Amino acid sequence: MALSRRGFLRLVAAAGASLGAGGALRRLLGKAVPAASEGQTIPAFAADASRTGQLVAGTPAASVIPPLTVAPAPPESRGRRWVMVIDLARCDGCRKCTDACTAMHFVPFGQEWIKVYANRDNEVAGAYWFPRPCMQCDNPPCVKVCPVGATYKRADGIVIQNQDVCIGCRYCMAACPYSARYFNWVEPPHTPEETARPYSLDWNYPHRKGVAAKCIFCPALLREGKLAACAAACPMGAIYMGDENEDTVTNSQGETVRFSALVRDNGGHRYLEELGTEPRVYYLPPRNRQYPAPPEPAATKEGGR
Amino acid sequence: MRHEPEAPALSEDEVHLLRPLEHAGPGYYAFVGVLLAVIAWGVIAYVVQLRYGLGVTGMRDYVSWGVYIANFVFFIGVSHVGALMSAILRITGAEWRRPITRMAEAITFASLLMGAIMPVVDMGRPERLWEIFAFGRVQSPVLWDILSISTYLTGSTIFLYLPMIPDIALLRDRLTGVSRWRRWLYRVMALGWRGTPEQWARLERCMGIMAVLIIPIAISVHTVVSWIFGMTLRQGWNSTIFGPYFVSGALYSGAAAVVTAMAAFRWIYRLHRYVTLDHFKKMSYLVLTLGFVYGYFTVAEYLTVGYKMPEAERSLLESLFAGHLGGLFWFAQVAGILVPLFLIILPTIPGLPWPRRLPVLRPQPIAALAGLTAVLMVIAQRLPPWLPQAALTAADIAGVLRVALWILLGALALSMIPVLHARPLLSIVVASVLVNAGAWIKRYVIVVPTLLHPYLPIQGVPWEWAQYRPTWVEWSITAAAFAGFMLVYTVFSRLFPIVSIWETREGAAAAQEKTGPAPHPAPGAGGQFSSAPQAGG
Repeated sequence: MALSRRGFLRLVAAAGASLGAGGALRRLLGKAVPAASEGQTIPAFAADASRTGQLVAGTPAASVIPPLTVAPAPPESRGRRWVMVIDLARCDGCRKCTDACTAMHFVPFGQEWIKVYANRDNEVAGAYWFPRPCMQCDNPPCVKVCPVGATYKRADGIVIQNQDVCIGCRYCMAACPYSARYFNWVEPPHTPEETARPYSLDWNYPHRKGVAAKCIFCPALLREGKLAACAAACPMGAIYMGDENEDTVTNSQGETVRFSALVRDNGGHRYLEELGTEPRVYYLPPRNRQYPAPPEPAATKEGGR
Repeated sequence: MRHEPEAPALSEDEVHLLRPLEHAGPGYYAFVGVLLAVIAWGVIAYVVQLRYGLGVTGMRDYVSWGVYIANFVFFIGVSHVGALMSAILRITGAEWRRPITRMAEAITFASLLMGAIMPVVDMGRPERLWEIFAFGRVQSPVLWDILSISTYLTGSTIFLYLPMIPDIALLRDRLTGVSRWRRWLYRVMALGWRGTPEQWARLERCMGIMAVLIIPIAISVHTVVSWIFGMTLRQGWNSTIFGPYFVSGALYSGAAAVVTAMAAFRWIYRLHRYVTLDHFKKMSYLVLTLGFVYGYFTVAEYLTVGYKMPEAERSLLESLFAGHLGGLFWFAQVAGILVPLFLIILPTIPGLPWPRRLPVLRPQPIAALAGLTAVLMVIAQRLPPWLPQAALTAADIAGVLRVALWILLGALALSMIPVLHARPLLSIVVASVLVNAGAWIKRYVIVVPTLLHPYLPIQGVPWEWAQYRPTWVEWSITAAAFAGFMLVYTVFSRLFPIVSIWETREGAAAAQEKTGPAPHPAPGAGGQFSSAPQAGG
């Protein structure tokens, strides 16, 4: 299915309309957000169309009701709804995603912004590897409870953590059901590369003592049309990222597929769906695994479920 | 200007009440000195925490809240009773309240101060506290807490202060020998009270309004404290009854704290004429009732989840009921609820013949034996594993001694029953201290175990990070908070009469009116003139 110019414009218009609806609600809540102006085009995220043929036409993006604290996305991310799909059948637990993330964000020792668990759902089902980034929930428990708005939902779907504002009460950590939040208990050791850059929300470093930190989906890379560090580093192409409005996701192998079809056809789910946190990270089930399963996670019952 | 219009001369008892305000013995200064030393040590610990970060505590990414938050919930809980109980007793016109309302209200004041400090101590960035006021989000339960706790602190301070005004005026007029700043303090705080009928009418009206206002405020406070937890999706916290459950627990521990304070003041300031056994009995029935309510909520909370054993809660409940947290959990239930309720009922059981028939059950020899066993057990545990081929190793001996110790402790508890039965006051006070110890443990059991049982398993972290062991910093700051509570309370009782003089006088007048002019021992009404038997104590 080819994406015609008209289809693409329709997609953009739909995205603009949904943003407009969200904007109206936001204005109602007292926070004006400049929406994408009509007729403005957004370059496709999965831009490497030459490799995968054509971009697929997206279904009109669903209008999104923002949670109470929604901030505008930076101009380059406007109209985006970043999303991630992790194919558990491909993850072989090599933890290159964790390493790449740690290297890119200078993540302090003890924190794994994307953490690979050896998970197991029941006694019969086999164990499988389970990478857990921040789920960037659309109904984020951490954002709800933050007393000062140091963590907030952005219109492009990312839950941002602002270390400049965080008061270190750690309520977000207590509220997060995914254990995706970390805290700088001591002053983290610094490297010259880390401190060379002034603190920015896009990179979430340099780190400092007494504030919370977490995965932020590498917004600066996404805006440049690049995959986040973890997705780019995955040798198995298990991590897809893309724009939900564009309905396209791409992995490190250059495979660009329709997001909705990928999740629908493979029975994708979101972790702890029953809690209603509406994560923006989808998982494809660990069927037909092509890699050695993790050792039986004996420690699994120790802490969690 | 020093007119004393209609107040009669002070009776001997009332002079007795003023004595601790005029003369402080060496005991007072020693006690305050110890408290200040503990607080100073806590301040040092806090400076260490500020300097090196919260990494000096036992908290890590999994258990991200610890004893600070447990202290917070505990102090806010204890603070409950003062205002709420005395408001209810005032509104219902319970005469026996008169000598103890001020003690209860002062507990509220002192523990609220400490409770409010605790979350700030827990903050990673306390220097950013102003942000909460500059751009706090009302959607966050933290803001609800700040709002309700500050309202409650203001309201309960007014509620404590209003009935003090006539007494402060009395201090202003009588305590002319005290230091200048205290004379100034009394003069300012008395607000020009002259005891005119108009002033009395206004005071009564204000007190009536505050008594009604303080009840919903007090209930809201502990409700929103519970919602700090109840508004999350974490197992063990994700509960709809947390609001009323916390309110009942707060009232229960607060009432027990009042009993403890009554015992302490009665003993230190020799208030036997004012705080009688009858007051202890009445308060203990209040504790008993609240304990039944709290026990009911506890059953409702754990049975409804434990019966279904949903996947998410299972490992948490297993560790609480039978796992490594079981000791704390069952201590809170048995020593915090069951035993205190039994001890309160115990003195009311008329005949207690059976333990007396067992001359073996005498507390002193059993206690000595238990102490000896404990010492031997510790020695056996420290022994090197000598003689590997021996039939009985040191570890085996230690195990046997541990079982023996438990049996002896059980026997000790049994042997205490006739002792406590004969001493109702002691029985009630032991019960109230147990309630408060159990209450603190219970707060800990609410905060920490949930964090130890996240949805995703705890994997790939150093073993110590998957545990929670409070460090010396946390214990020092906790000790300082309790010392601070006692310091505020002690200094308060040194500056102001801890028993309301005008209220007990009013109660005595009312009692005399009712029973005729002859002084009549009426323990229930204005019991300060009663000569009720002083059993135990």
